[in-house]
Amino acid sequence: MAINLDDPKKFRPLVGQAHQVAMNMLRPISRKYDKAEHAYPQELDMLAAMIDGLSESGASEGAGAAGVRREESAGTDQRVANGANLASVMSIAEMCWGDVGLLLSMPRQGLGNSAIASVANEEQAARFAGVWAGMAITEPGTGSDSANITTTAVLDGDEYVLNGEKIFVTSGDRCDAVVVWATLDRDLGRAAIKSFVVPKGTPGMRVERLEHKLGIKASDTATIIFDDCRVPTENLLGSPEIDVKQGFAGAMATFDNTRPLVASMAVGCAKAALDLTRDLLEQAGVEIDYDRPALTQSAAAAKFLQMEADWEAAYLLMLQAAWMADNRQPNSLEASMAKAKAGRVGSDITLSCVELAGSVGYSEAELLEKWARDSKILDIFEGTQQIQQLIVARRVLGLTSTELK
Amino acid sequence: MSPSSKVWNLRPGGRHGLSSKETRDPIGYAVAALSRLAQSDVLDRLGLRKQAERGVFTATRTGFRTATAASRQFARAGTSGAAGTRPAPAAGAGVFDLTPTEDEQMLVDVVTELADEVLRPAAAEADETCTAPEAVLKAGLEVGLPILGVPESLGGISEERSAVAGTLVAEALARGDLGLAVASLAPGSVATALGLWGTDAQQQTYLPAFTGDAVPAAAIALTEPTVLFDPLAPTTTAERTDDGFVLNGVKSAVPRGADAELFVVGARLDGAPVLFLVDSSTPGLEVVADPAMGVRAAGLTRLVLTDVALPSDAVLGASDGSTYAECVRLARLAWCALAVGTGQAVLDYVTPYVKERQAFGEPVAHRQSVAFMVANIAIELQAMRLLTWKAAARAAAGKDFAREVALARRLCAEKGMQIGNDGVQLLGGHGYVKEHPVERWYRDLRAIGVMEGAVLV
Repeated sequence: MAINLDDPKKFRPLVGQAHQVAMNMLRPISRKYDKAEHAYPQELDMLAAMIDGLSESGASEGAGAAGVRREESAGTDQRVANGANLASVMSIAEMCWGDVGLLLSMPRQGLGNSAIASVANEEQAARFAGVWAGMAITEPGTGSDSANITTTAVLDGDEYVLNGEKIFVTSGDRCDAVVVWATLDRDLGRAAIKSFVVPKGTPGMRVERLEHKLGIKASDTATIIFDDCRVPTENLLGSPEIDVKQGFAGAMATFDNTRPLVASMAVGCAKAALDLTRDLLEQAGVEIDYDRPALTQSAAAAKFLQMEADWEAAYLLMLQAAWMADNRQPNSLEASMAKAKAGRVGSDITLSCVELAGSVGYSEAELLEKWARDSKILDIFEGTQQIQQLIVARRVLGLTSTELK
Repeated sequence: MSPSSKVWNLRPGGRHGLSSKETRDPIGYAVAALSRLAQSDVLDRLGLRKQAERGVFTATRTGFRTATAASRQFARAGTSGAAGTRPAPAAGAGVFDLTPTEDEQMLVDVVTELADEVLRPAAAEADETCTAPEAVLKAGLEVGLPILGVPESLGGISEERSAVAGTLVAEALARGDLGLAVASLAPGSVATALGLWGTDAQQQTYLPAFTGDAVPAAAIALTEPTVLFDPLAPTTTAERTDDGFVLNGVKSAVPRGADAELFVVGARLDGAPVLFLVDSSTPGLEVVADPAMGVRAAGLTRLVLTDVALPSDAVLGASDGSTYAECVRLARLAWCALAVGTGQAVLDYVTPYVKERQAFGEPVAHRQSVAFMVANIAIELQAMRLLTWKAAARAAAGKDFAREVALARRLCAEKGMQIGNDGVQLLGGHGYVKEHPVERWYRDLRAIGVMEGAVLV
């Protein structure tokens, strides 16, 4: 094989289709659901049906939230693989070029689905296939320090009894089930934290309220209370053993798989802003020349070149992380690099595009201001910018979490 | 309303934040229609939404399969024409891959050893004296640096376009020292240029010297000492004469100009930038030492051309500006690779340092303000590497790489300098003194984004 960083040729049709769907299905309703916060985007049911159809036909190459599952049986040959992880980040980026909030609201494409795909055993993967799963980690007093969660799971016969309050649950109102993080024993720290699939309608589980947000308003963000909520033991994802040596690794494995996806969301949203801004600048007489030095062009063109370079950096780091997953290489470091870079340039690009477009960009008449609000969450959820830097720093420096706090 | 304005109304651009460049394909039109249907409340009034969704599921399943199948047939036709007998997808098959070939990896291993054992130990003194030691240059010749980009049929070692190999080698060399890497790579860059663009006569005239035992110093002279210099608009001029050309102007940042026996000089001819082969013995040439902030080991000079008369076959490549533009891009690619290698040297150096250096009773690496700086060096460095490799792979495949190299250069100039700056900062006062190499890397990395030409891959 040889070094080649162009988009995989085999995914061109998939990406082209995703682009057309984003342009013709998501963009026309993008502003509508930014305005109608908490209204369910009914159009998505039709789109979800289409995506299920695509996935059944094999045309989607295994892309989507569940595409992060690493099959143990594959990978016997030595060829370099361009597989489901690459297909997922590339198609999700295209859909988020359409609308991040709507992508997050896509039925059966929740982060909980990625969690199930990452950690579930074969029986669970089969049992939860087709379930739309949200993800419940954050609590009122616990954000990035997820080892500190206070929601408890107590074994009682063949059931676990859950008690606690979860906030910021994406699609928490609309989904079919929630993957809940809870501790089996608060004294045993992170090793005792396990994730549980709790179907909606389980007695003792209730959606308390929905948040009003800066952006991604199409996506509902719920507070969910668990009050003596009982789930069968077989709904615990992964191993019930408390392995102090393995620590957090089990539950955290989800993040290695979902961080490239969140990076792809930031990449897609930023691309939307760049595409429109380039067009608006050209209409205003600003041409971007790749050969002439940026400093001999207009300040707007120079800024654009800097943004496009940062965008390309995020894009290639995203592809790298997904490519490593496709080829069974550990990618925890690269996944965090991708999310850190994509998260911060996502904000810089969308905000700078508003500035470049002036009041045209700031006005609700265009979507630039919306993308600048939507992109902010992507530098926060699934691990903030600072958490990504912490992960990268610990890995690069070879320091433990007690040494580098 | 005219028919054309109706057509315009069907275009997707101008609404929903879409660039006017967007176009709909047949699937797009279908999805747009579906979107209207989905937004409509007619379905709900008639109670038909569920059925409609079921219909869409079935229709798209077959509809999209056709699209996929057609594309696959298309792809198969393309590959069979190019290389039908290949058992597995190769680079040309469009597979995303970050793995160097075995040959490239072997080359990188050899050059890395050279960088560690020969370049790095000689770097400080070479920087001080603005001279690359003979032993360093000789070691570079021994591993074949000058003939890396020269085709086998012309006495070189490359079986195909070697932009990727050249990029990996420049990166590995610069990990040892950037200034010495430039000094070592300059002659080979001219040889590569001759291989890429030379006429048969030019290749037969010049290349035997580069593939033999006594390799001449040589350099590509594109930069000029003007503020806001645009390499595509050189002020050095070439005028046509009865039997050739006359060149006038000043070039700057020319590596090893004092020793060079052959220059490739950029000049404006009939309104377009053009490359000229100039023997150092040609009358009217003057070399002036021009030491700079960094890249000092490369022995930077100015090259003053005063009524330099050249024969009519002195033009290298096309005279319409296209060869010149490609040369500028390939040189920028080389400088990106040099930035990546130097950035890696910084990361390799600061990592153990911040873990050993104690402050307030513990290693400074245990502080987030220090550790995050290292994390960001690692993140941006890897991004620089990926952008550079992407441009190199496209260049090697003969694809247009103007955009990719521009973005790589932009990122390498900005983040490379940031890495140099942070490298000094992380060592504090110790970083500012010559006991440590980080101050040299700080000076060297400022060259990225400033230098044009000099070397290429």
